[in-house]
Amino acid sequence: MKLPQAWRQPLAIVGGVVAVAWLVIAVAAPLLAPHDPLAQDLPRLAPPGPGHWFGTDQLGRDILSRVMYGARLSIPLTLLLVALSVLVGGLLGACAGYFGKWADETIMRFADLVFAFPTVILAMVVAAALGASLANAVLAVLVVAWPAYARVTRGLVLGVREREFVISGRLLGFSAWRSLRVDVLPNITGPILVLATLDIGTALLLLSGLSFLGLGAKPPSPEWGAMVASGVEVFDSWWVATFPGLAILTVVLAFNFLGDTLRDALDPRTARAIKERAL
Amino acid sequence: MSPTSVPSKNSEAAPKRESAGAAPRRGGGPSPLVRFLVRRVLTALLLAVGITLVTFVLTNLVPGDPVAANLGQRALGDPAIVAQWKAEHGLDKPLPQQYLLHLQGVLQGDLGTSQQSHRPVLDDLAEAVPATLELAGTAILISLVAGVAFGVIAALRRDRLSDHVLRVLSLVGISVPTFWLALTTFYIFFYRLQITPGSGRIDPGMSAPPHVTGLYTVDSALAGQWDVFASAVGHLATPALVLALYTIGLLTRFTRSAVLEVMGQDYVRAARAKGLPGRVILFRYVLRSALVPIITVAGLAFGSLLSGTVLVEAIFAWPGVGQYAFKSATTLDLPAVMGVGLVIGAVYLVINLIVDVLYGVIDPRVRLT
Amino acid sequence: MTLTISGLKVAVGDREILRGVDLDLQPGRVHGLAGESGSGKTMTGLAVLGLLPHGAKATGRITLGERDLLGMSAKELNKIRGGEVAMVFQDPATSMHPMLTIGRQLTEHMRHHLGLGRKEARARAIELLGQVRIPGAASAIDRYPHQFSGGMRQRIAIAIALACSPKVLIADEPTTALDVTVQAGVLRLLRGLCDDLGLAVLLVTHDLGVMSAVADEVSVMKEGLVVETGPRGRVLRDPEHPYTRALLDSLPGEKA
Repeated sequence: MKLPQAWRQPLAIVGGVVAVAWLVIAVAAPLLAPHDPLAQDLPRLAPPGPGHWFGTDQLGRDILSRVMYGARLSIPLTLLLVALSVLVGGLLGACAGYFGKWADETIMRFADLVFAFPTVILAMVVAAALGASLANAVLAVLVVAWPAYARVTRGLVLGVREREFVISGRLLGFSAWRSLRVDVLPNITGPILVLATLDIGTALLLLSGLSFLGLGAKPPSPEWGAMVASGVEVFDSWWVATFPGLAILTVVLAFNFLGDTLRDALDPRTARAIKERAL
Repeated sequence: MSPTSVPSKNSEAAPKRESAGAAPRRGGGPSPLVRFLVRRVLTALLLAVGITLVTFVLTNLVPGDPVAANLGQRALGDPAIVAQWKAEHGLDKPLPQQYLLHLQGVLQGDLGTSQQSHRPVLDDLAEAVPATLELAGTAILISLVAGVAFGVIAALRRDRLSDHVLRVLSLVGISVPTFWLALTTFYIFFYRLQITPGSGRIDPGMSAPPHVTGLYTVDSALAGQWDVFASAVGHLATPALVLALYTIGLLTRFTRSAVLEVMGQDYVRAARAKGLPGRVILFRYVLRSALVPIITVAGLAFGSLLSGTVLVEAIFAWPGVGQYAFKSATTLDLPAVMGVGLVIGAVYLVINLIVDVLYGVIDPRVRLT
Repeated sequence: MTLTISGLKVAVGDREILRGVDLDLQPGRVHGLAGESGSGKTMTGLAVLGLLPHGAKATGRITLGERDLLGMSAKELNKIRGGEVAMVFQDPATSMHPMLTIGRQLTEHMRHHLGLGRKEARARAIELLGQVRIPGAASAIDRYPHQFSGGMRQRIAIAIALACSPKVLIADEPTTALDVTVQAGVLRLLRGLCDDLGLAVLLVTHDLGVMSAVADEVSVMKEGLVVETGPRGRVLRDPEHPYTRALLDSLPGEKA
């Protein structure tokens, strides 16, 4: 079988392999992890070595096992987060683009206001106000992440809306909802998918950043950002912070490799729509 | 090959109805550039009001209890103490009234009193904002220089080895968790190798330069305190570089695609047909056009830099807005949080305004219509 | 100076776009190059100045006087471009940089090729604008392209092409993007310049009407080959090749 051009690129292959590897680790962590991620039964702050390849933390827990179990938290939550952003932002953006007028004005001005704040600071305020927990951190990131999808979807819907087949559908008397679903939706899924792939990395960085600040996962949960934060306390035991950080880096990098290749494979017009989204 | 002129043999071919199409450059009323700027400033002011509203709503309508966050367990049990505390901070009034009070205060330069530091929020911010501006400003400068240079190189060497290497590096740049990078560089370069100074804005034991701008590098240079200047630059370098890495990656990727897009334009081909040297075409034709989208993205990137400061300032003990925001958000210090929101929003507006003005400067079509 | 193209082939990867093109341009003559889109006529024009798109490769001979343009180094070719051989593009809305004054775009290559000073170049630019009949040339020179109408812009583009007194002018669909009402003016301008300056003009167009108005010789291209060449009157009145006949027949109400 001949692969499509985009997938013959080495970056996409590396990204794909790493992403799949992490998914496998997330699913099979109980089988793969050498230790209980919460058990405090190893020597404290032992450097990496046989028996505990990533070392142990200040409570005598195996860091390798914690990093593996961390994948069970971070990866599904990040995917859920991006899916929710796509859903919320996509729906609002589609409404804004399709109905125009006051719906457009209201939704997009609101999106502009959210855009007027740096993501971490806004998410931090929301997370702090809701109370520190991983679920609230997800909600906080959702608050700052949806407008990007609203903007892109709105732009794409506006582009599609004026095309002939949509107009003729309306002339035939189809309802707005039907033409949105049948005519518009299939035309914008590709670009949104690329955007979402690129956003998985950003979302994970933001989510683990909130946990690092103590506004997300609570101890003893093996969340990567929180693990890096615990490494700050035991500064000279470098392995405590290093390995969870590398875990975040590799996951984000894998999805960015994939997303970047997918974006190149898109046609230039949609690529531009994505490029022009806010960061 | 001397320039020759055309005899007017074909004078009847002269167009009769083609208008010169040029708008008068000077006429009655303010110049187009002034009108353009006034329009932008008015839009910015409207947004500013919107931002006060959003900070207010966010800090009030979300289910968090500032009372619980600020009073001890025992005091919380006493309704009298709770009520007194609420009255002290204006929390007993209805929300719309609270907002108007807040807005009135903001207009008078009163951002309230921090419930944590018991100092006016404005004073707290006056100390924190220059520190962050110095850090984020340095980072955006580094990012622009490096990102645009790398992006141009990648575009000119499209599909060659250097392009691929830069692509991977820039993707790594946008994938590294900033807080982890800050910690790792601090560990390696300060703790292990001891080649960078530690945390803070200047060496411990050194006193801050006389306050002029609040930027230690500028103030120390103005005062001629070169030892303080050297220390300030040294302390600034590592956090600024860590902060810049993400935006360098972003701008490299973006500049590359912007430059490639411009290089495909008709007018670039026309410039090549004129036999202009490649250097002239790159700087005069390609970069001039590519700069417009690059500036937009740089403006947005500045926002992500401000986000990054929260994480970087925490590790490098940089006494800026990021740390202040973190402290006030985790303690639900509402006046402080609103103050931060306002300042950040204001910075955004200023950045947007700068971007708009730069548009007008670069692109005559914005200026002259 | 004559420009001779012989056996010109252009390939992108495995695909041959030009399959052996022969053309001959003489001073003071307008040579029309016709054909439907995709026939390779624009590619022929671009090949002369080495402006082929990324990845395209040209073989054959393109001689200007005694020199072979295809065998030249990039540096040598850059001296010819805009100097001895100039080009006018299809769409004047996109072929000038929107952020540079037309004065800048008129003078930069004069200063580069002819070594003129700022003042001399500016004086010559104003003179050129007058030649292409831009009203108020002395003030027009400081305006930007978007402040002119389409027809005006194409006249300015022609002025830019003429700035260094070229011997050969390649005009790629110079009137296609213009309103019908201003097309004739631009064509007459080209014809006049050809006569008065002794330019050798290659007029690339799909429009046989344009061709019949100004061309001396006509070549017809199809699928990367020149299928017919001859004097305008003969080719348009009495075409030998069936393709030329088909092209002529497809013109509604066009009396060739």
